[in-house]
Amino acid sequence: MSDSKTLSEPTRTEKNLFAQLEIDTRLLGMIGAFIVLCLVFNFLTDGRFLTPRNIFNLTIQTVSVGIMATGMVFVIVTRNIDLSVGSLLATCSAMMAVVQTVIAPEWLGLELGHGMIAPMAILVGLLTGMIIGGFHGWLVGYLTIPAFIVTLGGLFVWRNVAWHLTGGQTIGPLDANFQLFGGIGGTLGETGSWIFGVIAVAASLYGLYSARRARLTHDFPVKPIWAELVIAGIVTVAILGFVAILNSYEIPTRRLARMFEARGEVMPEGFTTGYGIPYSVLILIAVAVVMTVTAQKTRLGRYIFAFGGNPEAAQLSGIRTRALTVKIFMIVGALCAISAIVASARQTFHSNDIGTLDELRVIAAAVIGGTALSGGIGTIYGAILGALIMQSLQSGMAMVGVDAPYQNIVVGIVLVFAVYVDILYRKRTGS
Amino acid sequence: MPFDIDRTGTPLIELKNMQKAFGGIRAVDDVSIDLYPGEVVGVLGHNGAGKSVLMKMVSGALQRDSGEILVNGKSADINNPRDARNYQIETIYQYLALADNLDAASNLFLGRELVTPMGLVNDAAMEAETRKIMGRLTPNFRRFSTPVAGLSGGQRQSVAISRAVYFNAKILIMDEPTAALGVEETAMVAELIDELKKQGIGIFLIDHDIHQVKNLCDRASVMKNGKLVGTVEVDKVSEDDILGMIILGKKPEIAE
Repeated sequence: MSDSKTLSEPTRTEKNLFAQLEIDTRLLGMIGAFIVLCLVFNFLTDGRFLTPRNIFNLTIQTVSVGIMATGMVFVIVTRNIDLSVGSLLATCSAMMAVVQTVIAPEWLGLELGHGMIAPMAILVGLLTGMIIGGFHGWLVGYLTIPAFIVTLGGLFVWRNVAWHLTGGQTIGPLDANFQLFGGIGGTLGETGSWIFGVIAVAASLYGLYSARRARLTHDFPVKPIWAELVIAGIVTVAILGFVAILNSYEIPTRRLARMFEARGEVMPEGFTTGYGIPYSVLILIAVAVVMTVTAQKTRLGRYIFAFGGNPEAAQLSGIRTRALTVKIFMIVGALCAISAIVASARQTFHSNDIGTLDELRVIAAAVIGGTALSGGIGTIYGAILGALIMQSLQSGMAMVGVDAPYQNIVVGIVLVFAVYVDILYRKRTGS
Repeated sequence: MPFDIDRTGTPLIELKNMQKAFGGIRAVDDVSIDLYPGEVVGVLGHNGAGKSVLMKMVSGALQRDSGEILVNGKSADINNPRDARNYQIETIYQYLALADNLDAASNLFLGRELVTPMGLVNDAAMEAETRKIMGRLTPNFRRFSTPVAGLSGGQRQSVAISRAVYFNAKILIMDEPTAALGVEETAMVAELIDELKKQGIGIFLIDHDIHQVKNLCDRASVMKNGKLVGTVEVDKVSEDDILGMIILGKKPEIAE
């Protein structure tokens, strides 16, 4: 038996370092590209790009597109496209603005700043997103209208439904509690951020440990223990480093003084504290975790990828593919609503042009993040990293002083180039 | 074939007066065939004779216009692939219905994943089961964690066959199972079919290779232009008789 095995098994090449670590080399390449990008901008801006302040702003600006990009991964993996996310975001934002400024105070008689206003608005926003998304999914799945057409129609319809809902007016200011999700207006603070960081590290390490244990109980081959430790170390440093950076962006003294005044206290002399992690970034992290678990660990996720890889096989395996399409578009709708919360809270009001062209940014983020339009391939973390790269590129160029039209030219070229590199990578690795 | 099939009892599955039309063309026209435990029935015919359509009605991939399917003598309501699976009917498709981007275990359990108490898919358990079942069928198989796109035709086919075996198929439909395979792998499938017969599984085998049909099948049902030409016991007719049925639609005198 052992003699025949040497013949029947193909020769394997020596495993390199990354193969032993079992890290996705594609992810590594993207992180590498991102780091180079940051260093170049940091050099061109004389060190202003990699300051805590700018990193803080970058993360806040990435959130809205990043949230929707995670949903776009599911859509593109199943060989569809959603062109309506920016418009859907606008409709959700309009609905939530109307709840906050008309329905709650005028119809229900809730006083300004009532604790129920924000939850009510968010609930209405989520329902709006899911119903419209589900409707898109029904048109695509059951009536078999191509997703490109359904969502192209949606692009026109929902942008202008939003306009209709608000009578074309800008609505604001939004509820004070609602505005906490906008970014700089609502952060965890230093202590809270450290606590979050430690919990996140503990959860990640437990995840690594239990995955290894599961493989060991079945006698599967596992990574060498040093590889596990290296990965654990990288994860720990990355999470705590991120917390440290956001904590070191200090709240301006005058703003702090006002915060103490608002509480009726006097600020101690020389008191300083950092912002910490914004709530909006926590939302993105939560969305990323939930979507990653959905993609990798649930039947729904398994079916999404199976359907993308071979629609016929999925159907023959008894998967309800039409209902699956409805679910995917519903998820995207809900994510558009969450993005709408962050986007409108960040600008403190609802405006007609909110989310304009977001559909293109979201698709670009997913595609730069390695989601293949041919279906079946894509990752959640890739899409978020794609959104971060796009945002860095844009705000970096703005800091350098590149005019907006030229920024767009560069972003367009980068998108096409990134996909070309991806194609080359897949050819070489044969995946 | 080494042993005789007992055809006195209830058939494992019986198709009665099956009909299916596509836009005025009768793809399957009043076809009745049956299958007994431990038996291999070849379903033969030219391309477009209707054999694949007939089998798809059994596997639930297509809905029949009229006719009746009896499983163990009881009328079976098969309208989709899930129904067919509930009757322990498994299908191995000609074009290897696997999701190329998923690994062997995910494909084997597709639609019937093992889950943890929390309802999440249990990849480790599924891989363990896959290693067990595939270790029996193809002992040299090692590539459990790569997408099946990277596997050879035979390895892909063994994933599909493992799926049918693992879920205790009672009735197996094989649509040209060896079309994509080499010599050695074809022999492996033949061996496997023999083993499945011994376990009392009934197999419908769609194939073009007359020689293979003579080797593997107990009976052969030949279709032409959507109609059943006839069903013969392969040992009692010559290859030429079967060819005559396929090409000319001529029924040999010995047929039932």
